[in-house]
Amino acid sequence: MTVMIQVTDLNKRFTLHNQGGVSYPVLTKVSFNVNAGECVVLDGRSGSGKSTLLRSLYANYKPQSGQLHVRHQGELTDLVTATPRQILTIRRQTLGYVSQFLRVIPRVSTLEVVMEPLRALGVDRETCREKASGLLRQLNIPKTLWHLAPSTFSGGEQQRVNIARGFVVDYPILLLDEPTASLDADNCAVVVSLIQQARERGAAIVGIFHDAGLRDQLADRRIPLTSPAKEDAA
Amino acid sequence: MTNAAMAMTQEALAEPLLKVKNLRKLYAPGKGVDGVDFELWPGEVLGIVGESGSGKTTLLQCLSGMLTPDSGQIEYTGKQGDKLDIYKITESQRRLLLRTDWGIVHQHPRDGLRMGVSAGANIGERLMAIGERHYGNLRSTGEAWLREMEIDTARIDDLPRTFSGGMQQRLQIARNLVTQPRLVFMDEPTGGLDVSVQARLLDMLRNLVVDLGLSVVLVTHDLAVARLLSHRLMVMRGGKVVEQGLTDQILDDPQHPYSQLLVSSVLTP
Repeated sequence: MTVMIQVTDLNKRFTLHNQGGVSYPVLTKVSFNVNAGECVVLDGRSGSGKSTLLRSLYANYKPQSGQLHVRHQGELTDLVTATPRQILTIRRQTLGYVSQFLRVIPRVSTLEVVMEPLRALGVDRETCREKASGLLRQLNIPKTLWHLAPSTFSGGEQQRVNIARGFVVDYPILLLDEPTASLDADNCAVVVSLIQQARERGAAIVGIFHDAGLRDQLADRRIPLTSPAKEDAA
Repeated sequence: MTNAAMAMTQEALAEPLLKVKNLRKLYAPGKGVDGVDFELWPGEVLGIVGESGSGKTTLLQCLSGMLTPDSGQIEYTGKQGDKLDIYKITESQRRLLLRTDWGIVHQHPRDGLRMGVSAGANIGERLMAIGERHYGNLRSTGEAWLREMEIDTARIDDLPRTFSGGMQQRLQIARNLVTQPRLVFMDEPTGGLDVSVQARLLDMLRNLVVDLGLSVVLVTHDLAVARLLSHRLMVMRGGKVVEQGLTDQILDDPQHPYSQLLVSSVLTP
């Protein structure tokens, strides 16, 4: 078994300097591993730090201490101490992150939005287009929309475009933050099969799923999270 | 895709394009640039954000050879891998660098364009400065760049003052990129433009940066522009860098009180 993610004693606290310097811990001494071909689900109430942990795994949030190793090009690299340049390379080649929100860029077509991560790896346009089209078709985005910028799409359509973008590269590690939230049953099933295919090809997956049925269906293992601050308050 | 592949090889080069050490240019205490260090790598876009008077523009002027700093060092790695200390090389060497390897995009197009000569002549000027004399070549290059910038080629003989603000800005960019610079300095390139015009320009800049593998130092007070274009951010206040790092990390999880204030002050439409 290959360890793909190794989290050791991770601490993350938020300090709001402009709101009276309020400071509260969200993650305290979190440790776990995720292996290749494994889907791990983060469990916990709203506010327990699931998204914070996932964002930290993408180096979008900056933990105060601890280590956060991901296997990149065969080597375990600590994201807490990596340089921005290293992180960008790791994201491009190793880390996929899918949330339910698409960041729309004016004037960029849906097809281009989906192709972009693959293009950034130097893959030729034709191959990128084929793979992107396949995903858009699977996710039931009508072909008439492919050449439009997704800014005017419905929430569900934007979400599916974002999922296509997240799955266009076969990332060794996938981080999923409620990718199926507010999708209808058919589209939800498509996303589940994409996740299962990724697991079968050996991706290590960390996910947050609101739906209990989905959690049962996908989780090889669960990691319970309790935010110390919220516990104290309760 | 050769371009992206090229950009990636460039990226693999283990050497920064620009090394800035302890740069200082102070007009008064806390006014100007007060000890700034950073490195810029090939293909990297570095955004500099901060309030008016934080020293962003002074820093850009020092970096681009327009304003001699009080102290500090700026080392640029030339095309042949040669190390050039920007304020130790001769004036003529620096001018050559500014005309070929570097580009400067000013906030106001009239600061970067020659308003009294045609659009074509504006684009051709840098080429002529490095020895291109063939009229046909100059003209066809001019037309190619107008097309690239989505300006009607029929306007090639018109004066820039007859262009709209957005067109002038695109013309200024074409004028800079014609010599295939490796490093471009941009000072609020989208400031003062309508949002629709801004979107078009941003989309264009975004593609150019990727396709040409450009390194860019981008000064902006618009955090959305910074997020869209830059890989890395430096947050400045009172002439000092208070925080720097990955763009999305600084915007989504700012650590310094001033960065937090800056991010939380933005209205989202």
